Amino acid sequence: MASVCFMITMALYLAATISFLVYLLRRSDALSNISLGITAVGFLFHTVALTAKAAASSSSSHPSFFEALSFFSWMIILVFLVVEFRHRIPVLGSFMVPLALMSLVSAAALPETVPTLKPVFKTLWIHVALSMLGAVGFAVGFVAGVMYLIQERLLKSKRFNVLYSKLPALDFLDHLNQQSIVLGFPLLTLGIVTGAISAEFSRGSYMTWNPEQTGAVVTWLFYFVVLLGRLTVGWRAKRAAYLTVVGFACVILTLVGVVLKGHGDVS
Amino acid sequence: MHVIVVGLSHKTAPIEIREKLAVPESRLGEALSRLCSYEGVREGMLLSTCNRVEVYSVVEDVEVGHERLQEFLADTNLSLSSEQLTPHLYWYSGDRAIAHLFRVAASLDSMVVGESQILGQLKDAFEVALAHKTTGVIMNKIVKKAISVAKRVRTETKIAETAVSVSYAAVELAKKIFSNLDEKTVMLVGAGEMAKLAARHLIAQGVRQVRITTRTPQHAIDLADKFGGTPVPFDQFKDEMAAADIVLVSTGASHYLVGAEDVQRAVDKRGNRPMFLIDISVPRNIDPAVRHVDNAFLFDIDDLTHRVQQNRKERLQEAEKAERMIVEEVAVAVEWMKSLEVTPTIIALRNRVDEIKRMEVERVLGRLSHLSPQDRELVEGLASSIVNKLIHRTMVTLKAEVNSSNGPAFVEAARRFFHLDRPSPSDLSEADRSRYLAGRSHASDREESESVAHKQVR
Repeated sequence: MASVCFMITMALYLAATISFLVYLLRRSDALSNISLGITAVGFLFHTVALTAKAAASSSSSHPSFFEALSFFSWMIILVFLVVEFRHRIPVLGSFMVPLALMSLVSAAALPETVPTLKPVFKTLWIHVALSMLGAVGFAVGFVAGVMYLIQERLLKSKRFNVLYSKLPALDFLDHLNQQSIVLGFPLLTLGIVTGAISAEFSRGSYMTWNPEQTGAVVTWLFYFVVLLGRLTVGWRAKRAAYLTVVGFACVILTLVGVVLKGHGDVS
Repeated sequence: MHVIVVGLSHKTAPIEIREKLAVPESRLGEALSRLCSYEGVREGMLLSTCNRVEVYSVVEDVEVGHERLQEFLADTNLSLSSEQLTPHLYWYSGDRAIAHLFRVAASLDSMVVGESQILGQLKDAFEVALAHKTTGVIMNKIVKKAISVAKRVRTETKIAETAVSVSYAAVELAKKIFSNLDEKTVMLVGAGEMAKLAARHLIAQGVRQVRITTRTPQHAIDLADKFGGTPVPFDQFKDEMAAADIVLVSTGASHYLVGAEDVQRAVDKRGNRPMFLIDISVPRNIDPAVRHVDNAFLFDIDDLTHRVQQNRKERLQEAEKAERMIVEEVAVAVEWMKSLEVTPTIIALRNRVDEIKRMEVERVLGRLSHLSPQDRELVEGLASSIVNKLIHRTMVTLKAEVNSSNGPAFVEAARRFFHLDRPSPSDLSEADRSRYLAGRSHASDREESESVAHKQVR
């Protein structure tokens, strides 16, 4: 049941991605409503799939990497739907839905050997959930940053095209960028702390400097500097947008680190 | 009865002709009474704006009507001969006249497509005609319909959504940098007309803080009074610039007043908060090198003009949607016009009462099966004579009023009293019937609410 729902979800997200990308280039309000509708239906299937999976594996409670990425993708769509509902910026979907689709597809594409996270710590899922929520925050920051850079470029070069008319105001994007990092950073911090505790239990050491931990620490330091810079020396607007794009690359690398570590454990 | 229009507009006549023909408001009443004094002219309305002079009229005969309206226009300004005038005139009748009125009201025929002024001007023209009682059933209905069509076009298309003036284009751009203008500060450097207009638009959009600087201190103080802003000494404005989110520059200076390093300093001071600079001066007053300063967005008059041209093109695309709406609406109006003709109304009335009579007689005779054939004839005869006596006066009146100015009103009344626009059950299929009834009751609700609203206005 869960895997059928996942397949349907993926198909719907794919349809929504295509529809949202076409919307990006066309003047059509109908298209944005259609895309939004497909996304919402996909989200429902996704919710059912996640719930079914969680119910089935509640006794063992060690989340697979697939589940973690699936949860990440689910949260991205949730954030998109909430922001869309409050601010009516369908163009956000043209960026966030593809991102959700990509993470879901890459989760599904992972080799069978990776998904097993070691059942080392009863509450490992807390670490996974917190880290993933932090990553969602940075993903939203990344999307806001990319949109900011596009809109900034269009304004500077005075190209008032369809994209220009659809993208929201610069200060809104900058605000979204700030909010998402302000929320993502403490979540990542907690994710790292719980991760370190679980590592202490499983391996007897808080830090072993494996690719996952190294990546996480680098990411944490990076966003710490970004936040500090914004609050003290005015690293906002264009610079903040660039920094969050780079920061998200760190997040991706860390996730790759998790996969590598998984391989290491298995071998 | 036919609706016709004769007139000229910016598309057919140069300003020299239009200004001569334009009727000032004070003389509209007199012109309208003169219009309706022509023989065969039943109703009239005069739309006179700087871009068009048009006479809308309900006439008995199309050809004669056109001649009369042309005469009327030629008589409006004696310095214009009809030879001078005729080449610039266009004329339409029937559905094309109605379509023209709808297009004018929806601003599809305007110089700037989608501008909203024309609708107000049409309403005014209609008010004047109402006040002088030169419109009747047909014109009232058609003009009200034109106004509602214009509103529909406005809400259902994006025809009026984008900026088509340079000063408003500045506001539109500001909104792509700042999502909310409420908390923003605008600084006005110099007092060029366009900049003042843009400042006014920005204030209307919520900007509260206005700072004004001009070379003449007194001028800045006067302007500050006018805009509810604060004057800033001219030699300090560059230092104060950091406090402004939007800087509007338009002075008569022949050199750059603001350099890239001034803007860089202001942006630094603002902690990289974006700044929006508009240079409406020719020659330019802000160094174009400002373009390379991060988080500063500079637009000059050409950029704004370019944006306006682009928006106009978009409006034309929206206008195509509006044209399709108008085709639909004209069809509805033409249908209504047809219903006002006397002969079909008399036939419909005859058929309606005959049918009622037939059904009632059948029903009664069905229960009185014991009657002899003579008695049955008597019953039928009784029904026929009651029905005929009841509608006799109505028929006579309708025929008599065919050519009076109240003709359409009588026809409309007869159609309503006898429910002639509601088809009898045998005429239509079930689906057609329910759709038709739904449409009718909807339309008549709207009519009633409109006429109530109208009474309140009057």
